[in-house]
Amino acid sequence: MTETANSRRIPDHLTSRATRVFKSWEALLLAVVIAIFVINSFASPYFLNAWNLSDATFNFTEKAMIAFAMALLIISGEIDLSVASIIALASTAMGLAVQYGAGTPELVAIGLTVGLLCGAFNGVFVTILGLPSIVVTIGTMSLFRGISYIILGDDAFRGYPSSFSWFGQGYIYWVFTVEMLFFVIIAVIYAVLLHKSNFGRAVYAIGNNPTGALFSGIRVQRVKFILFLLTGLMSGVAAICLTSRLGSTRPSIASGMELEVVTMVVLGGVNILGGSGTIPGVVIAAFVMGLVTFGLGLLNVPGIVMSIFIGLLLIGVIALPRLWVMIAARRKA
Amino acid sequence: MMRFIPVREAILGSAILILIILVASRFAGFVEPSNLANVFNDTAPLIILALGQMVVILTRCIDLSVAANLALTGMAVAMINVAMPELPIPVIIAIAIMLGAFMGAINGVLVWKLSIPPIVVTLGTMTIFRGIIFLISDGKWVNSHEMSPAFTGFPRTVLLGLPVLSWVAITAVIVFGIMMARTQFGRSIFAVGGNPHAAVYTGINVGKTQFWAFVASGALAGLTGYLWVARYAVAYVDIAGGFELEVVAACVIGGISIAGGIGSVGGAVLGAIFLGVVKNALPVVNISPFWQLAISGSAILIAVAFNARSGRTKGRIILKSAEVTQ
Repeated sequence: MTETANSRRIPDHLTSRATRVFKSWEALLLAVVIAIFVINSFASPYFLNAWNLSDATFNFTEKAMIAFAMALLIISGEIDLSVASIIALASTAMGLAVQYGAGTPELVAIGLTVGLLCGAFNGVFVTILGLPSIVVTIGTMSLFRGISYIILGDDAFRGYPSSFSWFGQGYIYWVFTVEMLFFVIIAVIYAVLLHKSNFGRAVYAIGNNPTGALFSGIRVQRVKFILFLLTGLMSGVAAICLTSRLGSTRPSIASGMELEVVTMVVLGGVNILGGSGTIPGVVIAAFVMGLVTFGLGLLNVPGIVMSIFIGLLLIGVIALPRLWVMIAARRKA
Repeated sequence: MMRFIPVREAILGSAILILIILVASRFAGFVEPSNLANVFNDTAPLIILALGQMVVILTRCIDLSVAANLALTGMAVAMINVAMPELPIPVIIAIAIMLGAFMGAINGVLVWKLSIPPIVVTLGTMTIFRGIIFLISDGKWVNSHEMSPAFTGFPRTVLLGLPVLSWVAITAVIVFGIMMARTQFGRSIFAVGGNPHAAVYTGINVGKTQFWAFVASGALAGLTGYLWVARYAVAYVDIAGGFELEVVAACVIGGISIAGGIGSVGGAVLGAIFLGVVKNALPVVNISPFWQLAISGSAILIAVAFNARSGRTKGRIILKSAEVTQ
């Protein structure tokens, strides 16, 4: 042990900013995106079509909205597995309101409120009662979707007002969808929040050392509570977009999405154990997942086989660098 | 006497008893031995999987791939049975256990050798295993008429009043009970979960123990895969979808700490039985089965809140920064 400590090479200069950017996780991901893009454009003649690409963005915009909030939550050392169930509950609440004649503004308010309330519910259990978030959110995952099932059974809510379809089916300009606009705005907000604000520094501090953060004057529990609120709110936004796009609500809506969101966050270079990660990384990861599913879809690969690629991607991007380091270390020894 | 019946298990056991009595007060038929045996048989797969999950959670890991492992093994043995109907059942079971253990070993190696967080590994392998089922089966179903009678009949064969499926669960509980309490491996699992740093100092290989925990969980998932497919006499891509969370729920309700090191075989079994009783009682008392999800969700929250309250005795950290690399 002592030998390795002594033989550790101490650099006589800092690595330049360019080198750091070049060697970063985001650069690697970006290379993956470009590779996928190039391969796809050769593999299918339909890939390089503005409208097709625009349709492809639906594959990831809703998930990515949640992924940004989830990234902050995971960086702070917590996790929320109930996001897909929050979508189901928020969507059910909106569907219920439609039966009583609610209009689009009320629907949006209801979707966001339910999201916030669910986030607050998770937050109370984790921050006030001090319970592990993974267990709490596995519980609320069943609870929230369970309430949807109680309300809906095997029925479905339909009949959303036509103005409501703007969120999931509308276009801002040419091929740019409303969801794409939301995606960009939310990405910018979260990037600023995480990378340029005191709140963001607090999130990193908590993830690296919660006790240290507490002693340096950060209200750890309050920050975590806010992060759960944000994740709930984003799930509400995603619920509005998804419900508007599908035009109906079933209790099984968005099932399994929580795992795709976590995959997106981890793929984006966020450490699942907390403490590190960036929003640009998550943005690129969203594109990786979106382009992979879209490209394979054009090649008539069924959805379940695509999930193999996503799974391999998730393990591969983490395993390969570690394998590389291990092999390099062995060669040196 | 108190030594043998820990408080947490006693409370959970009485909760199950009260639940059964409440149901019985309205529908006496529920407590007939034949019905209770049915409920137990119905819960057997959950019990078996909860044992494997318990071992993994005790070592501070989590295995989200059990249901996918179960489905893939089930599909594989079903297809083997269709291709070679005369293959004896013990061989089928051996194949199922080995296949499951192999998949568990993949999880284990990734956690042990590459130290990737278990939740990431098993999230990944979960989707990969499900995808592989589609690849090998082409999305087709294997139906009961294609399987041999011996294949589907085995778990339902009644021995001494109980189906073989129930006996397998009982055997698994006994084997794991002995393993956790009386073997070096069982004790090292508690040591690894309780304090990995101290475990290193006592000469326990943390990563290797976690590896074998995943192998055990995978082997049980493989075994359940055969039993499941044979019992329901159908195999397709989505069998046991989402079952991994029910398994984790059984462990959490059974008082197994997600932070590792705390838990018991009895707890895992009772947690699974609790969920099984709720599931079977709902239709009896005329509550729509759609309530089940919300009820098990609430049960998880109550159980975890309760366990945290009772187990709030923090030990002092003596050995703080030992090397856990080996």
